[in-house]
Amino acid sequence: MNWLWFHKLASPPYAYAVARRFRPWLLWPALLLMGWAAYAGLFVVPPDYQQKDAYRIIFVHVPSASMSLIIYSIMAVSSAIGLIWRMKLAHAVAAACAQAGTVFTVLALATGSIWGRPMWGAWWAWDPRLTSELILLFLYLGYMALRASFDDIGRADRACAVLAIVGVVNVPIIHYSVVWWNSLHQGTTLSIFGKSAIDPSMVTPLLAMLLAFALYFAAILCDGVCAEILRRERNAQWLTKLEPIKQGSLKAA
Amino acid sequence: MSTLSPFKLAAVVLERDLRLALRRWDQVLQPLIFFAVVIALFPLAISPELTELRRMAPGILWVAAMLASLLATDALFRPDVEDGTMEQWVLAGQPLAWLLLIKTVGHWLLTGVPLVIMAPVIAVALGVPTSGWLVMLITLALGTAVLSVLGAIGAALTVGLRRGNMLMALLVLPLEMPVLIFGARALDLGMQGEAVAGPISLLAAILLLGMSLGPFAMAAAIRISIE
Repeated sequence: MNWLWFHKLASPPYAYAVARRFRPWLLWPALLLMGWAAYAGLFVVPPDYQQKDAYRIIFVHVPSASMSLIIYSIMAVSSAIGLIWRMKLAHAVAAACAQAGTVFTVLALATGSIWGRPMWGAWWAWDPRLTSELILLFLYLGYMALRASFDDIGRADRACAVLAIVGVVNVPIIHYSVVWWNSLHQGTTLSIFGKSAIDPSMVTPLLAMLLAFALYFAAILCDGVCAEILRRERNAQWLTKLEPIKQGSLKAA
Repeated sequence: MSTLSPFKLAAVVLERDLRLALRRWDQVLQPLIFFAVVIALFPLAISPELTELRRMAPGILWVAAMLASLLATDALFRPDVEDGTMEQWVLAGQPLAWLLLIKTVGHWLLTGVPLVIMAPVIAVALGVPTSGWLVMLITLALGTAVLSVLGAIGAALTVGLRRGNMLMALLVLPLEMPVLIFGARALDLGMQGEAVAGPISLLAAILLLGMSLGPFAMAAAIRISIE
């Protein structure tokens, strides 16, 4: 396979141009899809036989929880790429992931809490899935704290890469926590390739919202990587050749 | 330069660490005294009733052990980094991961093992029945070893920072939470007389995972920290 496209992305000006070009193509479909999925989830899909209408928060809870895991995996993989092949931009991607990952994790925990209050009677339970998701939040926060404590960006990159890789062991723990332990949280019901245990009418908006969140995260990642590139390359010549700021956006020359 | 056999290397590192520690045995005692003091806080804060303390004893023992281990691990790499020994180790041409693993073992011998020895006295203070002592010693021995390994990874990441202490705690405690869950659960089951093979095996598995992969993380982190 021709890996030239990947190697070209290691160059900051090229990556910056690619990120800026892709961003609108990721952001607007994401917002439209989010709008449609939210509408379908709130008004089109029938109420649950047991939980009535209160289950509808699933259309935010499940996608944000999935994204929190996916983002951490992306963070760990790009950290590994950065460490092994010494690609600085891979570290930039990992750094840009951390903040979005934290937000999705907080959203998952908060929506889960709001859902749990009427369903389980409690805002919180110390069961394996909730506890391991909370540990994920602490890992994200620790990652950002470690990054902020180094003055030299290169050392910060490599130290955070080690932390991200050490912490990735938590991701399968979260995913399989409902399989390995007797958990209050619902077990695996959603399958992308096989038959889901959830009603088919509910699957489509759920997967659509997941795709929307993924596209939205990709758009945010473009912004984050551009910001990281600007921070790291602030003394570079190629930045002076970008078009001047028009209406608050930088476009590559 | 010849490569020493791993056992000779281990003997050299262990002997150095133990001898240095025994010259400053008051520094070795401090985490142990901290352990005892933290445990003493719980009866004062919650309830002096032995029946209640007995129920909470696994949790109290483990949380106190985790906090004592956190304080002790700061002294694992910092003195060597500060006086330049670690730099020599990185350049020495010997496998750094092995050297750091042996250093962690030595650290465990100085902090974990005394903790395990102290445990029966603490157990009496918390009302833990003698039937549960064997499980307590086994879980504390395995648990303090895992805490030493995870603490060493955190210490290696933050040793280059000036005020890395709190950050190290922040990084290491989330990773130690599964250990806490299994260890406290094993002790709880043991005190009730139930089968403990499950949680203890998991604890041992975590220890083996930590000992096999942890040293590579430590070595990578040390190289980053002392550039």
